[in-house]
Parts: sequence; C-alpha cells; structure tokens
Amino acid sequence: MAEALLRAQGLCKSFGALRASDSIDFELLEGETHAVIGPNGAGKTTFIGQLSGDLRPDAGTIRFAGEEVTSLRAPARARMGFARSFQITSIYREFTALDNVALAVQAHAGHSFRFWRPAREERALREPARRILEEVGLGARADVLAANLAHGEQRQLEVAMALATGPRLLLLDEPVAGMGSDESQRMVAFLAALKGRQSIILVEHDMDAVFSLADRISVLVYGRIIATGTPQEIRANANVRRAYLGEDAL
Amino acid sequence: MPSRARVLFWSAVVLLLVLLPPVVAALKQPFYLDLVRRVMIFAIAAVSLNLILGYGGMVSFGHAAYLGIGGYVVGILALYGMHSGWLQWPLAIGASALAALAIGAVSIRTSGIYFIMITLAFTQMLYYLGVSLEVFGGDDGMRIKTRSQFSGLVDLADPVAFYYLVLVLMLGSLYLVDRLANSRFGMVLRAAKSNEARSRAIGLSPYLYRLAAFVIAGALCGLAGALLANHTAYITPDFMHWTRSGEIMFMVILGGVASSAGPLLGAVVLLVVETLLAGWTEHWQVILGPLLILSVIFFRRGLAGALPGARNG
Repeated sequence: MAEALLRAQGLCKSFGALRASDSIDFELLEGETHAVIGPNGAGKTTFIGQLSGDLRPDAGTIRFAGEEVTSLRAPARARMGFARSFQITSIYREFTALDNVALAVQAHAGHSFRFWRPAREERALREPARRILEEVGLGARADVLAANLAHGEQRQLEVAMALATGPRLLLLDEPVAGMGSDESQRMVAFLAALKGRQSIILVEHDMDAVFSLADRISVLVYGRIIATGTPQEIRANANVRRAYLGEDAL
Repeated sequence: MPSRARVLFWSAVVLLLVLLPPVVAALKQPFYLDLVRRVMIFAIAAVSLNLILGYGGMVSFGHAAYLGIGGYVVGILALYGMHSGWLQWPLAIGASALAALAIGAVSIRTSGIYFIMITLAFTQMLYYLGVSLEVFGGDDGMRIKTRSQFSGLVDLADPVAFYYLVLVLMLGSLYLVDRLANSRFGMVLRAAKSNEARSRAIGLSPYLYRLAAFVIAGALCGLAGALLANHTAYITPDFMHWTRSGEIMFMVILGGVASSAGPLLGAVVLLVVETLLAGWTEHWQVILGPLLILSVIFFRRGLAGALPGARNG
C-alpha cells in the first residue's frame, strides 16, 4: 500500500450557521485518483478551497508529503506542488493560450524579479509551455487569446496550466462542467491518461466521468463524508443511494 | 502594434521632437518649446503611472505626490545652496522611491476603491505638509533661483539644452517601462491584474511584485518632479494637489492604458488642447470637460488604440 500523499484530519469550516465542512477526514495516496462527489451545496468547493489554501479551516489539519501545511496560503502550497482548476474557469483571458501556460512555467522557475529580458522570447519558458499545450491538444491554438477559445478549450487550458507547474497533486474542481459530450469525453480520456502518473483529487458531478476515472470515491453530504470506497463499494452502499445517487442514477 | 507600424510611429515621433527646436527658433515662437518640454515632463509622470495603473491594475489616485517630493528635494537643496544636479536628482529619485515604498507597503494590501482612497489620502497629507511648511514658502511655495547644475555639462538655463535633456530622459523612460512591462516581472504584474486567483493558484504571490512596481513608478515620477521644478523654476504644494494626480491619471486613460505610446499621446493631447483652449477663452474648462468625456466614449482603448494597426500586447 502506497503512503498517503495528502491527509486531512478533522477539517471544519462554517459560514455563519452553515457547517460547510464538518470534521472531514480524507486521504489521498500517491498516484491515486480520489473523487469527491455529493449533491449541490454539500460543501465540495469549500473542501477543495481548504486543500488548496484559498480558505483557512476553522479546525483540523492538512498534511502534505509528511509536512503540515494547514497554515500555508495558496501560493506557498502551489510552490510545494499543489495545482488546481476552478469550478468556474480561471485563466488569463487577455493573454494567449501560450502566454497562459508560459506564466505557469515561469511561476515555478525561480523568482520573477527579472526586469529586462522580454519573457515572450525566453525559450526556457516558451518551449515547455508549447509542449504541454500539444499534450492537452491545444497545440494549434497556442497564439489564440484565451478569451476567444471555446469553453471546452478553456477548461483544457486550465488543466494545461496546472500541469505546467509540474504538480505533485492536482485538485480538479468539476473539470468537465458545462462541456458538450464530445469535449467531455476528450477531457475524460485525457485525465485517464494521467492516471497513475499523477495524484488527483477530482470533484465532479458527471457520474460517468467519476466512475470511469476514480480509484476511490468519497461522498460528501451536508459537509460530512458519509462513505469512502472503491466505485463498486460506493455503488453498492445503501446510504449513498438514499442520500445522493438515487435509484435511477446507476 | 505590429513591429513595422511601431517603428514608423516612433521614428516619426523622435524626428518631430528632435527637429522642433530649430523650427521653433526659425519661426521665433519660443513658447512652443516651453510647451513641448512641459508635455514631455508630464509624459514621464504618465508613463510611470502607466506601469502601475495600466500594467499593474493599481489605480493610484495619488501619483502627484512624487512630482511634489522630487520637486521639493530640488527646491529645498537649492534653498540651502546645494545646486549640484548630481546630488539633487538622485536624492529626488531616492526620496520618491522611499515614499512610494512606505505608501505602497500599506496601500497595496487593499484593492479597488480602498486603494484609490488610501493613495489619495497619503498624497493629501503630503500636500498639507507642503502648505504648512512656512520655511519653504507654505501655500505660496518658493522660487528656485538657480537651476540644477551639471558641472557645466548641460546648462538647464539654456532652453534648448534643457529641452534635449528632457527629450532623452522621456524616451529613456518610455523604453524602460516598455522593457519592464514585457519582462518576467512585467508578466507577473499583468497576470495579477488579469486574474489574481489564478496567479495565486500557480504559485505567484503578487504583493512584492506590485510593491516593486509601485516603488519604480514613484522613483520615475520623482525624476519628473525634479524636471518640473527646474522647468517652472518654482515649487509649490500645488505640485501635489489631487487635481494634479487626476490630470496624470487622465493622461494615461486618455492615451490608452497598458500601451507604450499611450501616456505620451495622453500628455500631448491633454496639455496641448488645454493650452489652446486657455488661449481662446478663460472658460476653457467648460469645453475641455465634455471633450474628454467624448474622447473616452469614442476611444475605448485610448488614443493609442486608434493608431493604425494598433493591437494589445
């Protein structure tokens, strides 16, 4: 059994009277794809936010590769190897696709207090960026403004930016949300190809995607994890069926 | 701008500005030399603001503070008999950079309307400090009897020599900010303006980069202040008045934010139109105001956006 890459213990986060996270225990093994599912408003995005460092938990700890990271903010965690995509696409819209990825490469190539050389002429930034764009299938769209890419392409670009940071952990918040079925299938195939090489926490509504990608699934309902297990175990779990999946979902 | 149109544009600008003094001398219209020199000094202030406002998205409503600090350093040193520009100008730049460091360290922690208000408040404090300093003329300011001396290398009392010095410094400033904006540093700055959450998620904390840009902008505007003090041979708290901050900001917006030619175009149009209208009627502001509003409506991306072949980037 591989060792846990990320371990969250007793995470609590409330917004006023709403308990968005209620003593969540969670672990991700090295190389594992661990999906988090749950109905709308279950607290999935709040959970991801605490893992990425954008939100600070009220209680609980997060350990990553043996180190406590609970008090580190998002940029510091990103430099340790966290990379995320957002539920609502988050890219640099005024920059080209290649610029977007090159910025992600740059963020992990030492400090950026370099004032003189044009960054767009630096092969050390552009070439890795171009390679990653090819890898996600956006090679031909490198010089298009990110704002002018199709919705699905923008999602792909966001994943490309996450990969460009050379991450040890990918946090994907609904990567196929709002995609057409073609686009969605392409993204699932792409993520499937990453499986095993990358450690992935996947929050997703699309059950086809979840059941085809996940090694393990955790079910989040009203801020609590009510079940964790393999896809087969989750399918068979009566509580999960009642709380979330419904009889017809499977 | 595509590189060919860009080269053509800048060649024309440089040629025009280099040829202006002999033309003005031939036409016996020294007033225009004075006007263009003033325009170029404000273009330095505007291009420095463009670094933080245009590229960094930091809407500083207090940029005149550094004009004032730069100007007062020159004025105060001159008052005490220290006329060397080698001393005055580096001190003007350094003092402005220090002030920007202090103001920026506090204000960059805020954003949006709070950032605008806090930068305005700091500059108002400096303005009232200037008003209260009776030693330096208080409200009335003080005359600078001897302009900065550069070991006889450049004589600022000679309008043409001073003009060419300002021209060189302005072109240098435009080039400097253009290089900065396209460097790794500039890309981080622009990225944080475009999408701060994304920047943080890929591991970039914008604060220190923004602060560095704020200090560089302050330093450069301090140089403009030193030039302006020598240009007017007079320094008053009005250098730091909030309307002055607004004017510089307007030059940037009118010219086109985050463009290399924008601040220069904005300074040219604003000051030239202002001067022409003021010569025509004393109620010139009634005409200038609506003109500015129309220009913002019709040139969404500023005047630089209306240049042939203009494009972001």
